[in-house]
Amino acid sequence: MLNFNGAVHFERIQPALDIWRRFLRRRSAVLGLAILLTLIALSVAAPLLTSNDPEHQKLSQAMIAPSLQFPLGTDYLGRDMATRLLYGARWSLTIGFLAVTLGLAVGVPLGAVSGYYGGWTDLIIQRFADILLSFPGFLLALSLVAILGVGLQNVIISVGVSAIPSFIRLVRGSVLTIRHQTYVEAAHSVGVRDGRIILRHVMPNAMAPVIVQATLNLGTAILVAAGLGFLGLGVQSPTPEWGAMLGEGRSYIFSASYMATFPGIAIFLAVLGFNLMGDGLRDALDPRLRHL
Amino acid sequence: MLRYIQQRLVAAVITLFGITIIVFLMLHLLPGDPARVIAGLLATEEDVARLRTQLGLNQPLLVQYWDFLSHLLRGDLGVSARTAQPVLTEVMARLPATMELAIISTVLASFFGIVGGVIAATRRNSFIDYLISALTLFGASMPVYWLGLMLIILFAVQWRLLPAAGNDGPASFILPSLTLAAFSVALIARMTRSSMLEVLGHDYVRTARAKGMSERRVVFHHALKNAFIPVLTVIGLQFGALLGGAVLTESVFGWPGLGLLLLDSISARDYPTVQGVALVFATIFILLNVLVDILYAYLDPRIHYA
Repeated sequence: MLNFNGAVHFERIQPALDIWRRFLRRRSAVLGLAILLTLIALSVAAPLLTSNDPEHQKLSQAMIAPSLQFPLGTDYLGRDMATRLLYGARWSLTIGFLAVTLGLAVGVPLGAVSGYYGGWTDLIIQRFADILLSFPGFLLALSLVAILGVGLQNVIISVGVSAIPSFIRLVRGSVLTIRHQTYVEAAHSVGVRDGRIILRHVMPNAMAPVIVQATLNLGTAILVAAGLGFLGLGVQSPTPEWGAMLGEGRSYIFSASYMATFPGIAIFLAVLGFNLMGDGLRDALDPRLRHL
Repeated sequence: MLRYIQQRLVAAVITLFGITIIVFLMLHLLPGDPARVIAGLLATEEDVARLRTQLGLNQPLLVQYWDFLSHLLRGDLGVSARTAQPVLTEVMARLPATMELAIISTVLASFFGIVGGVIAATRRNSFIDYLISALTLFGASMPVYWLGLMLIILFAVQWRLLPAAGNDGPASFILPSLTLAAFSVALIARMTRSSMLEVLGHDYVRTARAKGMSERRVVFHHALKNAFIPVLTVIGLQFGALLGGAVLTESVFGWPGLGLLLLDSISARDYPTVQGVALVFATIFILLNVLVDILYAYLDPRIHYA
């Protein structure tokens, strides 16, 4: 390949800075980023912020309402809710991240191949996506967990698989419009292999909507994983996963409603953060869509 | 148009066929011997062997699938491992409760979503626009099951205004349908707002205004009519998503619908029922999508479908 290192370098830096500036200009996007960075920082610094063990049970101090000693109260086994929520951020964020990574790793290549080659390949991959999409939202992850069984790994797989079809659809759509661009034709006519064309020429230009979708999907993945945890079909006790905590708190809404309130707020904040950031990225990456 | 409907129906049938394969395979993807899993850990070897023959699990996979499919086409979804009732009977007994909830929630979500979206679009960048945008963002970020619990805490526990659970009388519909509608309201309002903003910028809207037509007439007769088409798609898709969300809402409110049946069957390892419910949910969702596609083509004759 021809290599114009200096020029390419210059051209790539400029848009990245532009995007960043546009992102910063939107207060809601910055708020989203701030929420997420705070959550990540809190979860990383959890051992420094509290000396309590998130899984240590002490029945003598069970169900203490929020107080100075336990700012968010204790649960039915006497575990400090604040500590559990801090450590829970690690679980919930990691599950969301790994699930979306799985969705991307399978969905993006399938979508690219589907859009680039067309024909039978396209038809088969699209029917596959159709089938996955016919189990509305939460149901696909739920059905998969019903088969695979509960537990951390299976939750990640189930939530990840249910994210696959949206990426297939999205990437296919982008690739379809890019495939006929002159530069792709040019690469083709100088004898560049298909695989290289897809990787080097098509994908970089199809990535913007994928980044936006992946950010929004992180929120959805956390919601779905927490939903499974809430039903007792996700990560199992005593792991302090937010959804499972909410599910445990549910039995005590008549006596200790804070046990269900705080985990829900934690989930809400994380999802809100990803939604705000996703919207901000969309505006920053595609200025034409701004204000719509 | 007819050709388009035909194409959509053919695609739907192919997808349905694919779904029967997936649902059929569910049983075989279970870790371990499906007969053992269904019979339970306490069953004797003879029981397991009998069940294996009874369910045809000792036959080749293709024969089993053919059996499954031919029974399915005759409306036979198998027998529940938990209640020994036909799965179809169980599903049909639970379907109305879920449909009622989903329909009421869709109506609520459409009404508030469209009204909110129109107000936000016509008062663009005003305080009320920001307020509605913030509310839709909250609605889209909130775990519905948590919202349900909070509503129970407020309206049933604190103020004792509404029943906390069950399906008994009109009052019992209020909390579950509000919970279920929350997410859809947000999406519908967002779609209505952006669709209205686009339409309001068009020349014919300016012309209508220039003629001195009242703003109300411009908004409702000219703009909303055209802005409604993409909104309709979202409403159709949301109805399907509501069915999925119903699982969580039904669990929170002890609502005796399909979702609760699915959860009970999962925890009881009643796989024939799990398969049946999954199949019914997916079928309804696919039919709904076809309906939306056809309605879309009917409402927007400009679009030519290849």
